[in-house]
Amino acid sequence: MRTVKYTNQVTLTFPSKSANEAFARSSAAAFAAQLDPTLDELGDVKTAVSEAVTNAIVHAYPDTLGKVELKLRLYPGNEMELIVRDWGVGIPDVEQARTPLFTTGNEERSGMGFTIMESFTDHLKVRSIPGKGTTVTMRKRFALRAGGGQHT
Amino acid sequence: MSVAYATHNRILTISLSGDIDHHRVKGLLQNLDQELDEVLPRQVVVNCSGVTFMDSSGIAILLRLRQRMEALSGTLQVTGLNEQPARVLRAAGLHRLIPIVE
Repeated sequence: MRTVKYTNQVTLTFPSKSANEAFARSSAAAFAAQLDPTLDELGDVKTAVSEAVTNAIVHAYPDTLGKVELKLRLYPGNEMELIVRDWGVGIPDVEQARTPLFTTGNEERSGMGFTIMESFTDHLKVRSIPGKGTTVTMRKRFALRAGGGQHT
Repeated sequence: MSVAYATHNRILTISLSGDIDHHRVKGLLQNLDQELDEVLPRQVVVNCSGVTFMDSSGIAILLRLRQRMEALSGTLQVTGLNEQPARVLRAAGLHRLIPIVE
């Protein structure tokens, strides 16, 4: 369990409409801006959030609209936690879902979402209860730059 | 996101621009299929120089194009990748399946 208290936090809640994918990743990038990130680091955050939120929109609520929550937290040491939560159908087999190229979606999905999330962040945890929902927690460490930028 | 097609000697250039995500890709696959059915290209070049962001939705597009070009016995290449889309393709191992040209 994490015992370090976060230093800043924002929570966004929105319906599972695909138009919100761009909103969610742009918001995450805007929040991350206070860590003085590089363009690459901002790209990492946007990519990871886009994948997690798209999963919630496409898979958690296949036939309905539901609630998606994006929680962003900053920790000492220039670390950001990205939590994407839904209250949808859940994932029966998380291990299988994380396997590259596995997808239950149509041909618009590549099955590479979790693989991308893993490679664009430092840590990925997926907790899911069928019928209750899914929480994806990612952690991303930003480089400390000389001349400031460290979050306090 | 926007898409533009140009054909010359049965070489089809598909120029993508803007943000490529699930929301914007919905419907694009069908559009691409129609264009391929019409042109029956011997080569497809996907020009990504105008792509500002791409997630795994872009991978689905490229895998689909690869499948179609194999069926047409043609070739596929990707050009003009910016840094973020290039890293997404690398993370997915797509550079091992599709030639990526600077």
